[in-house]
Amino acid sequence: MSRLYRLVARETALAWGRGGGPLVAVGFYAGTATLLPLAIGPEASRLAAVAPGAAWVALALASLLCLDRLFERDYEDGALDLLLLSPTPLELTCAVKCLGQWLAAGAPLALAAPVAAIALGGELRLAPLILACALIGGLAFAFVGGIGAALSLGARRGGLLTAVIVLPLFVPPVIFGGGAIDAFAGGLPWTGGFALLAAYAAAAVALGPVAMAAACRNALS
Amino acid sequence: MITQLSLGGLALRRGGRLLFSHLDLTLGAGEAAALTGPNGAGKTSLLRAVAGLVGIEAGTIGFGGLDPAAARAEAIHLVGHQDALKPGRAAGEELAFWSAWCGGTAASAQAAAERLGLSRLLSLEVRRLSAGQRRRLALARLLAAPRALWLLDEPMSPLDAAWRQAFGAMMAEHLAAGGLILAAAHDPLPIPARDVEIRG
Repeated sequence: MSRLYRLVARETALAWGRGGGPLVAVGFYAGTATLLPLAIGPEASRLAAVAPGAAWVALALASLLCLDRLFERDYEDGALDLLLLSPTPLELTCAVKCLGQWLAAGAPLALAAPVAAIALGGELRLAPLILACALIGGLAFAFVGGIGAALSLGARRGGLLTAVIVLPLFVPPVIFGGGAIDAFAGGLPWTGGFALLAAYAAAAVALGPVAMAAACRNALS
Repeated sequence: MITQLSLGGLALRRGGRLLFSHLDLTLGAGEAAALTGPNGAGKTSLLRAVAGLVGIEAGTIGFGGLDPAAARAEAIHLVGHQDALKPGRAAGEELAFWSAWCGGTAASAQAAAERLGLSRLLSLEVRRLSAGQRRRLALARLLAAPRALWLLDEPMSPLDAAWRQAFGAMMAEHLAAGGLILAAAHDPLPIPARDVEIRG
């Protein structure tokens, strides 16, 4: 247990180490959210309508930013070899790495999501749901993203490849989360979309590590 | 605890090329073997195959009756060319993490750091260490967590003469305690070791 706790601590420290990766992602997020009104037009009513959705899509894109180094760094410097030579199954190790990724990058992004939505003119009452969706969706982004990061190990421009692999897998959570927020804003039943988002995140947490571990083993051999 | 390593009729293929075949080797407790051979002969691949990181083409790798998965999980140390150290982290943090990951304690990590002359370097970032100091930090893992089989890939290349000798003493102690060492080395090891030449 202490082994896993140490791994989470190390992953978080690595993410926040030099360069402040998660802050860059939050900055990117803020930048994307600022660009939107410039393209859509500053008209408040139009902007308010798309604000939650825009904040949500920008979140998915910003989540990609920290993914490329998730396994690549350990693969390049031999740490992945040593992580394998342990009583901890590689699947669990991968899950813990993604959890660290979520804590380090997903959580700060989730905190920024309601702020971005409100800044774009979204209603204040949507903030709690946007935060909840961003937290749960972030979990899905981290675990699904981990699959892409593991699959692109050893490839040139792995980060870009990760994005291409992962973006289609981001479609369901974006639809479910966006749908839930949209329904809530319109006073419609929203729990369905929210439950589907949570189900997708649960499936990603359960199945993602198996795929990641297989991809890591394949990259090493 | 691994008491024997036996390779029988081992063949390895990397990138479509057959590196070697029919390699036989039996290593008992307290024994060391030095893998020699030209660059690209497959010394590193052999070490990685024993560690279970790469698949084998033919043959067997046995750990004296121990389940290979269990042996690899708890009884093998691998120190390779890559030192698995993150440049931005403090040397002490890295040693503490890997020591705990391999089953060591804070006290054993401390003792290992002292033995390898790292005590005063632990607060430094890994990027500030010299190549030799980084290698010593990687070698400290061997002492921080007791594991029977050491797989070493050119372990001494960046070390100076004094530290080569000191590490030789550590290897001798490991063997005396019933450990096994399989090392790829171009220079002769400073311990009694069987020569195993890898040839295609």
